[in-house]
Amino acid sequence: MNDNDIVLKVEEIYKSFGDTEVLRGVSFDVRRGETKVFIGPSGTGKSTLLRCINQLTIPDRGRVWLDGEEVTNSGARINYFRQKIGMVFQNFFLFDHLTALKNVELALLKVKGMGKAEAREKALTELRQVGMEDWADHYPAELSGGQAQRVSIARALAMDPDVILFDEPTSALDPELTREVLEVMKKLARNGMTMLVVTHEMGFACSVANEVLFMENGVVAEQGPPDLLLNDPRFTRMKDFIGRIDSRMDD
Amino acid sequence: MDQAVFLFEILLPALMQGLVVTLQLIACSAPFGLAFGIAVAVGRQYGHPVISWLCKTFVFLIKGTPLLLLLFILYFGLPSIGITLTAFAASVLGFILCNSAYNAEYIRGALISIKDGQMVAARSLGMTRWQAIKSVILPQALRRAIPGLSNEFIYLIKYSSLAYMLTVIELAGAGKQVATKYFLYTESFAAVGVVYLVLVSITTVAVSILEKRVAVPGTVRATPSAQL
Repeated sequence: MNDNDIVLKVEEIYKSFGDTEVLRGVSFDVRRGETKVFIGPSGTGKSTLLRCINQLTIPDRGRVWLDGEEVTNSGARINYFRQKIGMVFQNFFLFDHLTALKNVELALLKVKGMGKAEAREKALTELRQVGMEDWADHYPAELSGGQAQRVSIARALAMDPDVILFDEPTSALDPELTREVLEVMKKLARNGMTMLVVTHEMGFACSVANEVLFMENGVVAEQGPPDLLLNDPRFTRMKDFIGRIDSRMDD
Repeated sequence: MDQAVFLFEILLPALMQGLVVTLQLIACSAPFGLAFGIAVAVGRQYGHPVISWLCKTFVFLIKGTPLLLLLFILYFGLPSIGITLTAFAASVLGFILCNSAYNAEYIRGALISIKDGQMVAARSLGMTRWQAIKSVILPQALRRAIPGLSNEFIYLIKYSSLAYMLTVIELAGAGKQVATKYFLYTESFAAVGVVYLVLVSITTVAVSILEKRVAVPGTVRATPSAQL
C-alpha cells in the first residue's frame, strides 16, 4: 500500500468544549475507495471528529490532509476543501424552501458556478443514483425521512467529493427507511466511493466496512477489519459495547 | 351647500390629490425600508461585532424615539449643518429609517428561527457564509417575516400622514385643509379614514395572496394545527 492511495490523513486531533475533552488525539489514514465505520457510545466524539475533518468544528490541535494538501488552517480555501469532502447529516438538513432537485442544484450553481442546464442535468443524474429522480419536484416537507436522506446523499454526491462523511445517517429513521438508505450507501461503497460513517448499524459495519474504529472517551480504542474486532479474542471492548446494546434491545 | 356637491366636487378631488402624494411617499419609502431592514437584520445577526453593534444601536435609537421627532430633525434640524431637504425628501428619509428599523426586528426574529442545520449544510457544501445567508437563510426567513413585515407596511401607510407636519399635503393633510376651510370636520376626516381603510384592506388581501404564492408546499400547517 503506497502513500498515493491515501486520500485523507487525520493527525492527532484534539478538541475540548469547555472542560470536556471530547477528542484526545485521534489519528487515522483513509485510502481511496475505503469505507471506515466509527462505532462507540454516545458522547465519545464521533460526530465531533467528522466535523473536525471538514472544519465545521475547528479542532484545538491536530491536522487534516486531503490529497496531500492541508485542510486545517487553510483560511478561505476551506470552501474548496468542503466541496471535496461531502457530508450527510443525521437530520438531513435539506434546504426546506427548495425542491429535491434545487437542493442538489444549489451548490452546483453557486459554488461550482455551473450553468443552469448543466447543473440540472447533473442534479438529475445524482437523484437517479439514489432512486429519487421521480421526486425531483417535491419539497423536503413532502418527503419521508428515508427519501430526504437519499436526496441529501445526492446533494453531497453532486459536488464529486473525494470522500463523504456520514454522521449517523440513519439514526433518525425507522428500520424500513434505514434499510433504503443503507442500500444506497452500500451501492456507493461498491462503486468505490470513499466513506467515513458514524453509525450504530452493526450489520452495515460488518458487511461494508474495510475497517471499524471503535471510539471510547475521545480516542480510538480498537481498530481493525470488522471480522477481527468481532472474533479475535484479543479485542474485547467493542464486543462488550455491542453486547450492552443487544441486551438493552432484548429488554 | 349640498352634501353631494361637497363630497364629490370638493372633498373627493382634494383627497385624491392627497392620496397620490401618500402613494408616492409609500412607494419611495417601502422598497428601501425593506432592503435596509434586511441589511440591518443580517448585519446585526451575522455581521462583525462592530457592524452588529451599529445595527443594534440604530434600531434602539429609532425604536426609542418618536418618528415625529426624527422628521423634525431631518427637516428643521439638518439645514443648520448645511443639509437642506425638501419636505417630501425629509419625510421619505424619515420613513425609510423608521420602517427599516422595525422591519429589521421582524426579519431578525425570522433569522433566529431558522435552524442551525441550514447554515451547517450550506457551509458543508463549500458555500461562503454570505452565499449561505443569501441563498438558504434569507429566502426562508423572509417567508416567515411576511406577517410582521406586512404589519409594518400597514403602519407605514398610516404614519405617512406625519408628512403633513412637514407641510407635505398628503391624504390626511388634504382632508385637514378641506375640513378647516369648510368647517366640516367629521365628514372630511371620516372620508380620510375610509380611504386609509381601503388602502389597508388592499394591502391585507395582497399580502395573503403573496403568502399563498410563496408558501413552501408541505409546510402549511395553519389549518390542521388550528383544529387541534
